[in-house]
Amino acid sequence: MEKLMALSELEKGSWAELREFRCSPELQRRLEDLGLIPGNRLRCLFRSPAGSPAAYEIQGAVIALRKRDANRILVEATL
Amino acid sequence: MKPLKVLLAGNPNVGKSTVFNGLTGLRQHTGNWAGKTVEISQGSYLYKGREYLVQDLPGTYSLDACSWEEQVAREAIEGGEYDCLVVVCDGTCLRRNLILVCQLLAMTRKVVLAVNLLDEADRRGILVDCKRLGQLLGIPAVGMAAGRGQGMDALKETIRMVAEDFLRPRPIQIPGDRKQRVILAEQLASQVIQGQDRGAILQQRWDRLLTGRRTGIPIMLLMLFCLLWLTIAGANVPSEYIWKGVCGLYQILQNAMAELPWWLREPLLDGILLTAGRVIAVMLPPMAIFFPVFTLLEDLGYLPRVAYNLDHAMEACGGCGKMALTMCMGLGCNAVGVTGCRIMDSPRERILGIVTNSLMPCNGRFAALILLLTAFILPGGGNSAQAALGLTGFLLLSVLVTFGVSKLLTCTVLRGMSSTFVLELPPFRKPQVAKTLVRSLIDRTLKVLGRAAVVSIPAGLGLWLLAKVQIGGVSVLVEFGRLLDPVGRLLGLNGIILGAFLLGFPANEIVLPIVVMAVTGVSGIATGTALEQGLLLAGFDWKTALCTAVFFLFHWPCGTTCLTIYRETGSWKWLLFAILLPTAVGTALCLMLHGFFMLL
Repeated sequence: MEKLMALSELEKGSWAELREFRCSPELQRRLEDLGLIPGNRLRCLFRSPAGSPAAYEIQGAVIALRKRDANRILVEATL
Repeated sequence: MKPLKVLLAGNPNVGKSTVFNGLTGLRQHTGNWAGKTVEISQGSYLYKGREYLVQDLPGTYSLDACSWEEQVAREAIEGGEYDCLVVVCDGTCLRRNLILVCQLLAMTRKVVLAVNLLDEADRRGILVDCKRLGQLLGIPAVGMAAGRGQGMDALKETIRMVAEDFLRPRPIQIPGDRKQRVILAEQLASQVIQGQDRGAILQQRWDRLLTGRRTGIPIMLLMLFCLLWLTIAGANVPSEYIWKGVCGLYQILQNAMAELPWWLREPLLDGILLTAGRVIAVMLPPMAIFFPVFTLLEDLGYLPRVAYNLDHAMEACGGCGKMALTMCMGLGCNAVGVTGCRIMDSPRERILGIVTNSLMPCNGRFAALILLLTAFILPGGGNSAQAALGLTGFLLLSVLVTFGVSKLLTCTVLRGMSSTFVLELPPFRKPQVAKTLVRSLIDRTLKVLGRAAVVSIPAGLGLWLLAKVQIGGVSVLVEFGRLLDPVGRLLGLNGIILGAFLLGFPANEIVLPIVVMAVTGVSGIATGTALEQGLLLAGFDWKTALCTAVFFLFHWPCGTTCLTIYRETGSWKWLLFAILLPTAVGTALCLMLHGFFMLL
């Protein structure tokens, strides 16, 4: 099995599968409303001029998250 | 017969407002970003002999009542006082949109599904089987392209069927668990969508440019500059013509009213007509250009990219990422910006957004800044590109001050961590250029004219009185200025200018006209004195103009904004704070600037 990593470490252009939320329940709820639940795939699309926030493709929509928040979301890189 | 009540719900940015406008014929301002609809708009239409009352709810991703929008939407839906609930969906992003639909189906039965933006889905190569989707969910579904008016009749008919109880939707059982709902939504979407999304790649290419590490900020500044340049270059000539027209009208009316007693003629002509004329001549042309273009950028979906680019700085200052959006709204009108702060969930960040909003210059101050730049600050008047550069500089100063003040506040009175921030970057949408231009031109023009009338009539009358009533040979207005002169001079202004700022509390638009009125008096000189000449008489040079411009950027919010701040915070304390904060900034900057000039 691949090693888990923080979403913020996901490289631009690569896909990952959500494994675990370690963020605030409030953010978890927001992301679940956007269709992000463990097992769903997401991709890092691009990072902003300062590196935070970064934009991710989640269920067909482009969603920007701050680095601080993405640090606490665990994913597993996939192809 | 009682009108039937229809609610519009859906995710943010799926074209609910466009559907609303299509149904009711109203012109609710639409924009391509989440949170555009901060207040519930109501409208009505007639269909087959019945009246329908439509409410446009704020867009939400769910109804868990955690944010302001969700609470409003949930209360309206749970209240149950409606005959039909229309859920508007984005056909290009069904997997996400259906999550909310599922949640709604668990709450109510009187539902119609409107799958919007099918034209965009079609362009991107996504095929949506609306009929099948309706069957799977057990509710009637209508395919739409609301921007083009497609599907509007079908929607009205379906609303009628459900509202009048001719058609009873039988929604499927929805699992109570959120994760299960997400899975269900995914399954449903995969059954009704065909084709590959071809548009996403192109979208991302644009985003890479507009939000790229190296390109994002320079493009943003360039766009701001172009927007301002267009505004300044285009506004010059019409301004002149309007003023000539006002002077012509003044002459004609002067002759026509020669018979009337002076106490009736003078307040009407010298007071109201000249004040209103100056306000309109200076304010109307820039606004008539700035807003349509700004609206185009908004419809395109550029505003969320601005928020994205600025978010890092915002985070460092402890502000909410949504503050960039309310700051942009403040460019139009600070009262609107203050109301817009409702989209922020944490009370701390909302207060921060509210009290700092008037640090962004609203359109009433914009025109005055342009005038000060072109008439005094730039050597030889400069050209419109230089003026635009200067104005860009002023705006950047505003943004920097907002960031600095925010940082200061979050370290002191509004201490706390910035809350989590989830920002959707909607797909770029081709704006309907002609429609937007015409609409926002007409809407804005009417609005400005209306405001000019509302503000200028009492202000013109009052001013005329102040200028006419004399104490010991000088008018009250001049005396008032003389009283303030020491303070004014200290700030690099003079007493009359400071007095004009105080008297201009109802609306920033009338500040410069007041100065001119105070200097030229109400005698014959006033006739035909355009603002620049009047200001020249008031002793304006480039130093005074620069200090005035800075004070224009940072002083107390106008009357309307103050009322709005009180309404939104419900606290005298915060209102007072919101008044003192920008005033303190402006005073400090003007003192420094004046001190610097003294050293020169």
